[in-house]
Amino acid sequence: MRYLAIYIGTILRAINSLRKGMKLTGYYFTHHKEIVTHQYPENRKKMFIGDRFRGEVILTHDENNEHRCTGCSACEIACPNGTIRIISKFEIDPETQKKKKTIDEFVYHLGMCTFCNLCIVACPTDAIVMSKDFEHSMYDRKPLTKILNKRGSKLMKGVE
Amino acid sequence: MLYDFSILTSKIHEWLFAHCSPAMALLLEYVIIGTCVIGLCVFLGVSFVYMERKVAAFMQIRLGPNRVGPKGLLQAVADVVKLLLKEGIIPQASDKFLFNLAPFIVMMVAMLALAPIPFALGLQMYDINIGVFYISAVSSISVIGILMAGWASNSKYSLLGAMRSGAQIVSYELSAGLSIIAIVALAGSMSMNDIVESQRTGWWIFKGHIPAIIAFVIFIIAGTAELNRAPFDMAEAESELTAGFHTEYTGMRFAMFFLAEYVNMFTICAIGATLFLGGWMPFHIGQWEAFNHIMDFIPPIIWFFGKTFFLIFVIMWFRWTFPRLRIDQLLTLEWKYLMPISLANMILAALVVIMGWHF
Repeated sequence: MRYLAIYIGTILRAINSLRKGMKLTGYYFTHHKEIVTHQYPENRKKMFIGDRFRGEVILTHDENNEHRCTGCSACEIACPNGTIRIISKFEIDPETQKKKKTIDEFVYHLGMCTFCNLCIVACPTDAIVMSKDFEHSMYDRKPLTKILNKRGSKLMKGVE
Repeated sequence: MLYDFSILTSKIHEWLFAHCSPAMALLLEYVIIGTCVIGLCVFLGVSFVYMERKVAAFMQIRLGPNRVGPKGLLQAVADVVKLLLKEGIIPQASDKFLFNLAPFIVMMVAMLALAPIPFALGLQMYDINIGVFYISAVSSISVIGILMAGWASNSKYSLLGAMRSGAQIVSYELSAGLSIIAIVALAGSMSMNDIVESQRTGWWIFKGHIPAIIAFVIFIIAGTAELNRAPFDMAEAESELTAGFHTEYTGMRFAMFFLAEYVNMFTICAIGATLFLGGWMPFHIGQWEAFNHIMDFIPPIIWFFGKTFFLIFVIMWFRWTFPRLRIDQLLTLEWKYLMPISLANMILAALVVIMGWHF
């Protein structure tokens, strides 16, 4: 008798839990407002992308064409697959007349990047960030090798 | 009677016999029926693929296909065209004859099971007095096609999937059959037409109350299991066996299995609708004459397809809600739960019939 009670109890509990599941999916089926899918090419103008989205690495420049990269190559060391390469040069500072290390080219191979965010974490001066731009498809891989520092850009004062 | 298809069919019959020799006329009738069945199968396949994808999408808070054609309506057609154009690869180590034969057997069985289903008043391919028995007999042949596919592919995944499918269909056939017997006992006939006719005053799920409701639930569960659909998709088992018995199939041969699965789904749901929900009979409430007359104006074919599509929706709802069962859980469910319950239910149904407790 006790066995039969357990047996029927199992069936009833099973039916109840299945009913709960069907209630939820039934709710989603009838309430289309819950759908969060983006209609991508149409909503390009007013697309919502989260703050933590990782599109590509960019070197931020301010309005005076100055960046914050000191050429320490911490990002180059942090990168697990050799995506970043920093070519530095020595310049003579016009004020102090001392030799100073600055970047010549910040080379970024977008095609190899895994968007792991380690370079951004490693950067001591917060010079590089991840942008939200994600439309990177190309017919040729040459444009994917990018030089991030703009032509004639300088190191921002007071960064080192 | 409104909307009687037997007038149309008998007119075609008479016209053919008046204009051709009897043998020729019979052959032409077969051709017409065959064309209708193939057309129905293709229509069902295409519409179910679209329905399945849309239902799945809405249940998972997605949009589903919406690019090809208005609201994605042509997506299924595009898929069919793609499958038609694909290369059919036959594995080198396979048993070529059985490998090619298997999809045809599965498809043939699916089409054969459509024969005794009354689609509307007078619209029935083959009215035999043991219609229900015929369907349950024929639909179990499909397991031979599946085993054949699994064996002939010469692949471990295919064989495992086919073996599981065999175990599953053989065990679930029992409770499906026993739940059908409850309704056969209530209706007092095995002919699909008589069963529909016995529901003129009300559907069996209402008239037969407790035994009919239990039988209906068991039938839907066992039917889902017989179809090899999730949550009972042991034969396909995407996560373990890549695609189960049709792992090695490509192109049109794969499409045959796919189509057969959907036609089988239609058949199971059509049987469910015929036995429990009154087939093409309109919905009637006791003495409400006006209401009953309004219901009579809706053509029987719409009633039939409406009920069938409702059951198909329920089965899809199961698929996109419930977690999958393991193979031992699957057999436990059948032999420890469904089987004893349906046996007890059969006795209850017999008692109800003898004592005249049904309405």
